[in-house]
Amino acid sequence: MSCRARPWRHAWLVAIACSALLGSCTQAPDNHELTFWTIGREGEAIVKLLPAFELAHPDVHVRVQQLPLTAAHQKLLTAFAGDSTPDLSQLGNTWLPELAALHALEPLQARVDRSRVIQPRDYFASIWATNVIDGTLYGVPWYVDTRLLFYRRDLLQAAGFDAPPRNWAEWRQQLAALSDPARHRYGILLPTNEYEQLMSLALQQDYGPHPGDGLLRDGGRYGNFESAGFRRALAFYVDTFRLRQAPAITNVEAGNPWTEFGRGVYAFYLSGPWNIGEFRARLPAAQQDDWATAPLPGPTGSGIGVAGGSSLVIFRRSRHKDAAWQLIEYLSQPAVQRQFYDLLGDMPPRRSSWEGGALHDDPKARAFRQQLEQVRPAPAVPEWERIANEMQLVAAEAIAGRLSIDQAAAEMDRRADAILAKRRWVLDHTHPDQLRGHTP
Amino acid sequence: MNPQRTAWLFLAPALLVLGVFFLLPVLAALLLSLTDYDLYALADIRNLRFVALGNYWELLQRPLFWSALGHTMYFVAVGVPLSLGASLGAAMLLNSPLARCKPFFRTALFAPVVTTVVATAVIWRYLFNTKYGMANYVLGLVGIHPVDWLGDPHWAMPTIIAFAVWKNFGYNMIIFLAGLQAIPPDLYEAARIDGASPWRQFRHITLPMLKPTMLMVGILTVSGYFQLFAEPYVMTEGGPLQSTVSVLYLMYDEGFKWWNLGSASAVAFLLFLIMFAVTVLMLKLSRRGEQA
Amino acid sequence: MNPRLARALVNGLLIGVAAVALFPLLWMLSVSFMAPGAASALPPPLLPRHASWNNYRELFVHAGMGRYLLNSLLVAGTITVLSLACNLLAGYAFAKLRFAGRERLFQALLGALVIPAQVAMLPLFLLLKYIGLVNSYAGVVVPALATVFGIFLVRQYARGIPDELLEAARIDGAGEWRIFAQIVLPLLKPIIVTLAIFTFLAAWNDFMWPLIVLTGQDHYTLPIGLASLAREHSQDSELMMAGSVVTVLPVLLLFLSLQRYYLEGLLLGSVKG
Repeated sequence: MSCRARPWRHAWLVAIACSALLGSCTQAPDNHELTFWTIGREGEAIVKLLPAFELAHPDVHVRVQQLPLTAAHQKLLTAFAGDSTPDLSQLGNTWLPELAALHALEPLQARVDRSRVIQPRDYFASIWATNVIDGTLYGVPWYVDTRLLFYRRDLLQAAGFDAPPRNWAEWRQQLAALSDPARHRYGILLPTNEYEQLMSLALQQDYGPHPGDGLLRDGGRYGNFESAGFRRALAFYVDTFRLRQAPAITNVEAGNPWTEFGRGVYAFYLSGPWNIGEFRARLPAAQQDDWATAPLPGPTGSGIGVAGGSSLVIFRRSRHKDAAWQLIEYLSQPAVQRQFYDLLGDMPPRRSSWEGGALHDDPKARAFRQQLEQVRPAPAVPEWERIANEMQLVAAEAIAGRLSIDQAAAEMDRRADAILAKRRWVLDHTHPDQLRGHTP
Repeated sequence: MNPQRTAWLFLAPALLVLGVFFLLPVLAALLLSLTDYDLYALADIRNLRFVALGNYWELLQRPLFWSALGHTMYFVAVGVPLSLGASLGAAMLLNSPLARCKPFFRTALFAPVVTTVVATAVIWRYLFNTKYGMANYVLGLVGIHPVDWLGDPHWAMPTIIAFAVWKNFGYNMIIFLAGLQAIPPDLYEAARIDGASPWRQFRHITLPMLKPTMLMVGILTVSGYFQLFAEPYVMTEGGPLQSTVSVLYLMYDEGFKWWNLGSASAVAFLLFLIMFAVTVLMLKLSRRGEQA
Repeated sequence: MNPRLARALVNGLLIGVAAVALFPLLWMLSVSFMAPGAASALPPPLLPRHASWNNYRELFVHAGMGRYLLNSLLVAGTITVLSLACNLLAGYAFAKLRFAGRERLFQALLGALVIPAQVAMLPLFLLLKYIGLVNSYAGVVVPALATVFGIFLVRQYARGIPDELLEAARIDGAGEWRIFAQIVLPLLKPIIVTLAIFTFLAAWNDFMWPLIVLTGQDHYTLPIGLASLAREHSQDSELMMAGSVVTVLPVLLLFLSLQRYYLEGLLLGSVKG
């Protein structure tokens, strides 16, 4: 009997061996190979900076994986849930509290203290602060990304304006003059499925005397969307669509925003500094003088910006933390940060990086330098990404005319409160020890 | 060798895989749906709470769940008859003695079934682009205003329905074709001699003879269409204004975007219960129809 | 009705429907050879002005499509081979081997068909995480190794094997494994081919589960890679079409060459009771 069964036994062993082989292909990465996840366009620029790093550190090889922005948040969480996080990653600072709450990130204070390259005092204060959660430092700022106004200088001048708007009243005026929906010309492009624009406007508001109150209140336990400040921002935002100064389209339908901006379909474009590089690359040389940048106009005067940007973080499960730290130090050198700016237009978070080179002389970058001293962060709660998404979904309903401003604000609060329910329970019921967490 | 033992050895690999990688997770999903497993619990299991039917209750009160269910029902209610009608029509065309080059047509009509949903959804997304899509161009030639196919909440789901019908009608067409070919031609002979028109032949011979096939195909298609996911994921990301969010899309978002695994498992089970109820209903109705 | 008119009508309709069925696929092929940005023009072009392989080059050199193609081949191939083994064994056992509770067990399996696979996906992900199979080929392959549909198909077909043949062999003293290998398998050849095609197609086109379990780019199969490119390069329609061609062409060719078996298998699983 056993001899007859043998061929089959062999077959099963082979099958099991195959499966085991496949399983092992999850790879234990080889000794000095770093996996580095980048988000959005930064990946393409990073790839150009790496050869110099690998030359200086021949025992380290960096493998970059570029995640598209729309999928990055999900991929990071899935990687955490599936125990397949990379060694280090670019991480938007609005997502930092979330990953920190999951105990996914390695605290970096000790390494910073020992470092000669990274000097916390050289960084813009509020930017550095966004990397400190509950007193622990989890990331090193890599670039700052506050929302700016890109505008067509020639179109403004043709309409009789020789300076970009300095407050909302002027902005509304300019938008009205520059919009002509019948001829498919709009004052500004505000994709209805992106929340950063509304969030920028909202962060400029005053939210009252309670410290820590902003878009959320009570220590991040409840939504604060029904406050007067937010409703003002929401009204300004929704009115822009109602007055047909912006088309109610998503970024997918908008197609190629650079060519459309170049063609004059939009006079303003609210976006981040990486687009400085993009516009330089994609618009013809003849048009380079036609566009410029300006700080975001605030309700009554020069606006506060979003303290956005990305940090570099090391994951707790990484087996190459030292090598990853070396890469972080390399990317934090002022000279390398200036190179990065040259490649992409992303602004360095260190003051010393702003001295010298193109940044210092670039008129298009100057607008930011001022604004960077006055930036405000988004609420540092793990659920922020979800709340911001819901905020935008409700805002889109208001844009479509299905909800009034007050109804929209109430709905946003309702959804935010529901999302924050678990956070309230965790904050009120858990031992402080649990929050800091020590299990790997 | 003991025949019982041999049989179990034969069954072992398949049963093991099905047991561990299907049955076990299904039971676990049931358990998960009774807790509020989420990111906090993922980080620290002490943050897990047992909420019994809390997730289900919360879902039944969430407007997005009902609209997702509505969209899915809309998709099933419109898509299934369209798909079956197209399949039957195509099968009858292929079955007609007047048709030429049957193998070629059969292959051509079946080709969309074989393709990957993701790849073809991408194609359709471009064909139905508001500005540069072929669909609006052709409409423009006959003087119809361009339609915002994937950007208008009213047109997004119909576009997805059209896509699903295009993609799947070939599959059921083959099954109907076999069913049609199984109908004895003498029945049609006799009817023709009696002077029955083609339409009456269809109503009194074809349809009744195809009934069992239709029922089976109907149930399979309905249950397949309830599981709408890939098309909204690739074509519209659930938009515009969440008008193409289906129940499974909601489950995917809850579970893999926001990691509320408890809530997502509840969505999956609710979907299962609904599908089960609809299938039983269809079977009952058909049986009653047979008795009538 | 005038027979000539009838024939024209029937064939005309067939041509019409075939055109609708094939047009998107032909357009996909055409656009994949166009220059970047050429498809976003009014009126939309049907044929490329200067056909070039640029998009394909871009895909394979910069976007890593070659890797995804290999992954798809590896994963689909492995699933096909291994799941054939499992399903054949189990299907034959349900058809021809006598054991207690056979019918009851089979009914239970059929009942499992009602449960949508997505219900299992979330805990399955957690399970694979604990075993350490997330983001690996095994994570995609192992859960697909046995399907109720496959077992059902094999059982249907195996029931047609005459019992006398098997009895005779048993009387001659052959063991069950020997009977399976030397008598049953050759008789099952048609269903093996059909099931292999079915399984390969399903594995190649599978989207939701690989989307969930493959977190790193290196392991992406073609549908996942294409979906990720579609989100990232939503403006580059020509590149996307080239990606679609690469994803669709292999299975289309497989189908064209083996369509007889595929269509027969379809009918086997559906029409018979």
